[in-house]
Amino acid sequence: MSAIRQTHPLLKAAKAAALFFYLAFALFPLYWLLKISVTPDRLIYAEGTALWPETATLDNFRRILFQSDFLSYFANSVTVSLGTAAATTLIAAGAGYAFSRFDFGGKKIVIALMLVTQMFPLLMIIAPIYKIVAAVGLLNSLTSLIITYTAFNVPFATFLMQSFFDGIPKDLEEAAMMDGCTRFQALRKVILPLTLPGLGATLGFVFTAAWSELLFALMLISKNEAMTFPVGLLTFVSKFSVDWGQMMAAGVLALIPSCLFFIFIQRYLVQGLTSGAVKG
Amino acid sequence: MARLELKNIAKRYGAVEVLSEVDLDIADGEFLVLVGPSGCGKSTLLRMIAGLEPITAGDFLIDGVRMNDVPPRSRDIAMVFQSYALYPHMDVARNMGFSMEIRGEDRSTRADKVAAAAKTLGLSALTERLPRALSGGQRQRVAMGRAIVRDPRAFLFDEPLSNLDAALRVEMRLEIARLHQRLGATMIYVTHDQVEAMTLADRIVVLNGGKVQQVGTPLELYERPANRFVAQFIGSPTMNVFPVVSDGAALVLGDGARLAMPDCDGATALGVRPEHIDVAAAGDGLIDGTADVVERLGSDTNLYVNAGDLGMLTVRRAGNLPVRPGERIGLHLRPENLHLFDKAGLALARRA
Repeated sequence: MSAIRQTHPLLKAAKAAALFFYLAFALFPLYWLLKISVTPDRLIYAEGTALWPETATLDNFRRILFQSDFLSYFANSVTVSLGTAAATTLIAAGAGYAFSRFDFGGKKIVIALMLVTQMFPLLMIIAPIYKIVAAVGLLNSLTSLIITYTAFNVPFATFLMQSFFDGIPKDLEEAAMMDGCTRFQALRKVILPLTLPGLGATLGFVFTAAWSELLFALMLISKNEAMTFPVGLLTFVSKFSVDWGQMMAAGVLALIPSCLFFIFIQRYLVQGLTSGAVKG
Repeated sequence: MARLELKNIAKRYGAVEVLSEVDLDIADGEFLVLVGPSGCGKSTLLRMIAGLEPITAGDFLIDGVRMNDVPPRSRDIAMVFQSYALYPHMDVARNMGFSMEIRGEDRSTRADKVAAAAKTLGLSALTERLPRALSGGQRQRVAMGRAIVRDPRAFLFDEPLSNLDAALRVEMRLEIARLHQRLGATMIYVTHDQVEAMTLADRIVVLNGGKVQQVGTPLELYERPANRFVAQFIGSPTMNVFPVVSDGAALVLGDGARLAMPDCDGATALGVRPEHIDVAAAGDGLIDGTADVVERLGSDTNLYVNAGDLGMLTVRRAGNLPVRPGERIGLHLRPENLHLFDKAGLALARRA
């Protein structure tokens, strides 16, 4: 007993050190983002790699918020990300449920096709997508982004949702149907409440993916008023200079929705990880 | 309460036939047990009655009305699942009252019925708990409560006790028997455990390979099994069956011993239950053998006897038998309790 107690603090310290090192390593870029965003322009190159500027300023944030189109980029991104997350999750939930519960002709082919779509490099299909979007007259619209993002995220989100549905015993639905439910009532009253963690996880995953997508947004959007945040970020890069301070300030602000979103869904995520412990 | 009729029911998945030629007439208030080894189709049959599995061919009627195409919710049948299938996000009371909630009954009626059912099942103190905070036996009770509050036309049980430990299984078995006595409802119960089948059933249906082997009361199946499968499936320990040759007036056993038997034409196998073999001194019996293993259960003694050419025989005698492993003993078969089977494994009718 005493031997165990003696080695314990050492072990604890080692663990803490390992964790600390990992955290520092993972969070350092974020710290640097924050640091540069509060550094006055004149000090950025002058101080180089100092850990904290000698004078911190919120000027960059002020200029971003009031003297740039940042808020409009931001609003566009929120629209696109929420739209994509909602549309994708809805479609994926439906498809995942069908894959999990029903046997129908061509099921295997559909699943195989969905897997195949995940194998193409994006670069290969950018040109065709551009052509299609241009042909239907959706260039420079947020709708085009929501549609493309949804199309790209649905296969993976479907597999994710299917695995969540697979984790819910079929017996529960059957019991509900014996209890007088239609299949849809059973879905709504029994399955849906149990799938909330899965829905949360899928929403979060798709939201973040759409929030940080650059390639398609760059291709399909060229007008300022329809730019999403990652594209807008590039406007800070001009031919002759990069406005680092403002760019980083914008980056810090862009983290906020993602963080809020994850704070909001994290209890569902945690539930999702432990939901296997609840036996039907 | 209802009468259930199955007429020439069959179930196929593509070309695979899972069940065929099932004809059953289940009387109002009857307790029918479907029993058989795993994969015999008993659960599939139950699910077809419930409406969870489509019926490939044949007719299923409740009180004379064809039910083949009626969805489960409209059949007014309650089912207790092997996994209990309690809704994990609802407390016990809501679990039990869920069917009434769906039917749109008002809150106070629901509460009254749930409280009454909870009381009969000894769950009154637990109604606000979630299923995950219950023990296996309590979950089992909730699952039964969910069925009871509905007051359905028939109850279906799909191996409801198989997830419980032995002691609890006996207790719940009694509870189900009491429930049947009290409600007098039609119940269909699936199990692979022949003790459950024997103790609970008014009638037992023995299934094997998707076909009904025999339908009868527990004692009918025990005393007059229709074929070798039923003979060896019902009864514990399993019936001894060994090959014999019939010369019309007597059976000749593998070791040459003769057993006079007036009506044994066509018999190729002889079955005798372990409890129908008497033990005698070596050389005094019809068969001689060596006691290989002796199991003393207190109330009974099980002997596993190596009978030479006849193979291993199981013998069960009441009380504590003074036989030691390795000892030579003689065995007597009681003629009135013997079962004869023909080449196809069907039982021969006996006049005795």
